[in-house]
Amino acid sequence: MGKLELKNLTLKLGGKNIVENISINFREGDIHAIVGPNGAGKSTLAQIIMGLPDYRDIEGEILFDGKPITGLTIDKRAKLGITLAWQEPARFQGVSVRSFLLAAARDKTEETVDLALKMVGLAPELYKDRAVDETLSGGERKRIELASIIAMRPKLVLMDEPDSGVDIEAINNIFSVIHKLKEEGTTVILITHSAEVLKEADHAFLLCRGKLVKKGSVEEMVCIFNGTYKTCECLAQPEAEAIL
Amino acid sequence: MNDRKLIDELLASINIHKHYPEGTAHVEIHGNRVIGVCLVDGLTVDSIEMKEGIGVTLRVAKGVKIKNPVHLCFGMIPETGVQRIEMKTVIEDDASVGFIAHCTFPNARKIDHIMQADITIGNNAWYSYMERHIHGDFGGIRVIPKAKVTLLEHARFVTEFELLKGRVGEIDIDYETVCGAHSVMEMKSRISGRGDDRIKIREAAVLKGEYSKGLLASNIALKDHASAEIYNDLRAEGAYAHGHVDCNEIVLGNAVAKAVPIVQVSNPKAHVTHEAAIGSVDSKQLQTLMSRGLCEEEAVDLILQGMLSQKN
Repeated sequence: MGKLELKNLTLKLGGKNIVENISINFREGDIHAIVGPNGAGKSTLAQIIMGLPDYRDIEGEILFDGKPITGLTIDKRAKLGITLAWQEPARFQGVSVRSFLLAAARDKTEETVDLALKMVGLAPELYKDRAVDETLSGGERKRIELASIIAMRPKLVLMDEPDSGVDIEAINNIFSVIHKLKEEGTTVILITHSAEVLKEADHAFLLCRGKLVKKGSVEEMVCIFNGTYKTCECLAQPEAEAIL
Repeated sequence: MNDRKLIDELLASINIHKHYPEGTAHVEIHGNRVIGVCLVDGLTVDSIEMKEGIGVTLRVAKGVKIKNPVHLCFGMIPETGVQRIEMKTVIEDDASVGFIAHCTFPNARKIDHIMQADITIGNNAWYSYMERHIHGDFGGIRVIPKAKVTLLEHARFVTEFELLKGRVGEIDIDYETVCGAHSVMEMKSRISGRGDDRIKIREAAVLKGEYSKGLLASNIALKDHASAEIYNDLRAEGAYAHGHVDCNEIVLGNAVAKAVPIVQVSNPKAHVTHEAAIGSVDSKQLQTLMSRGLCEEEAVDLILQGMLSQKN
């Protein structure tokens, strides 16, 4: 039994299959990468798992710790320990970094807020009173989003394009946090089209046009990125599904 | 109830349980009667009880700079009544003072709080007026503050109206400001309405003098069946006058919000800008907080608190 199991998951929007018959078993405590080109359905899959309202009308089943969560709302899933780091974190006018992190923190303490900020490389004394708004750079917002996840101490975190909009120093910090989360037993699912991010994972799943077309080792999947494997276009053909 | 007990009760309702810090001026008005006054050098307060209300004149003498904010406490402890205040405020040239007005009606079921203010801010004078309202949960109150403000040259005026705790009831704000050359004016309001609260704000300013500057800003959050009408009227007449109108309203449930901006420029060297946003809570903000374990109501509250605490 995996930490999270997707069973024959299909999402139709406007008569079109956005995600089609996906079954994946995510092992507990590992780092998983879902890769694929733009429009493959990666972010949609993350949003389905998180239970976003526009993505709740699905076929198939989602199990977390062996129990069905398909009918649960976002907050109910979050209370079970599932969370999502958005590709573009939201801005909150007038909400301080402190309030934002305290809202997420499981123990609601200042110590947790400070620790989480330090873990993402931000000095608490410089950031706690700032607003989570446009006065922060994209990289800072991304780190604060990550800090809120650290403060929450989730069992499973979905990270949508964790490297987008951040500089090299920040991405190295994000990678170290991902591994720290793993050390603490958190299951991590990375949504990415970056080979660099993919290399941080233990297992990889390739999506093309809403379908799971390959699952396997990170090394194999990196080959696809390096152009030495079959192209995603080829793999997306119906006959290629046999390789799964 | 004697005056001391009334003062204690008024202050307790605004969470000031002890005396003000040393050297802080304060005035307490319960209903239509001044029940407490403590002044500092350069500040005078004259009051006259009228047939239906009270007349109060506040004056800060020329060149006097009052360090600590002056606390004004207006309120009524009973459930019913009328408080009508005609207030004349004169900040003489080169003076500076900040007022914090606590308006508290913790038990209101049928109360009218009517304020008619006439404010003159002298040349190079500085005046801030922060008005914090604390209402009970019944909504049985009508708040009707009207003010005419005149800024002379190089004067500065900042006012902020805040009503975030308790029910609004009915509020009808009407402020008019005329700004002289090189003066700076900021009028802000932050109000949270629910139930069947009714909010009407009319803020008008004329940037008459050259290089005068003005900001009219409203942040309003509405729930249930509450309604709000915001009329921001900013006119720039002086050369190089610069103004901005900013109106943000979040509506939830069956609440209704209306924003009517009027911006007018009658000098080719003047400039006025305007922004208005009315809508529900941003879904991404909501979903982010819910994905951290907050229920929808908790998430909405945090978003609204943020919007209402926003400094424009």
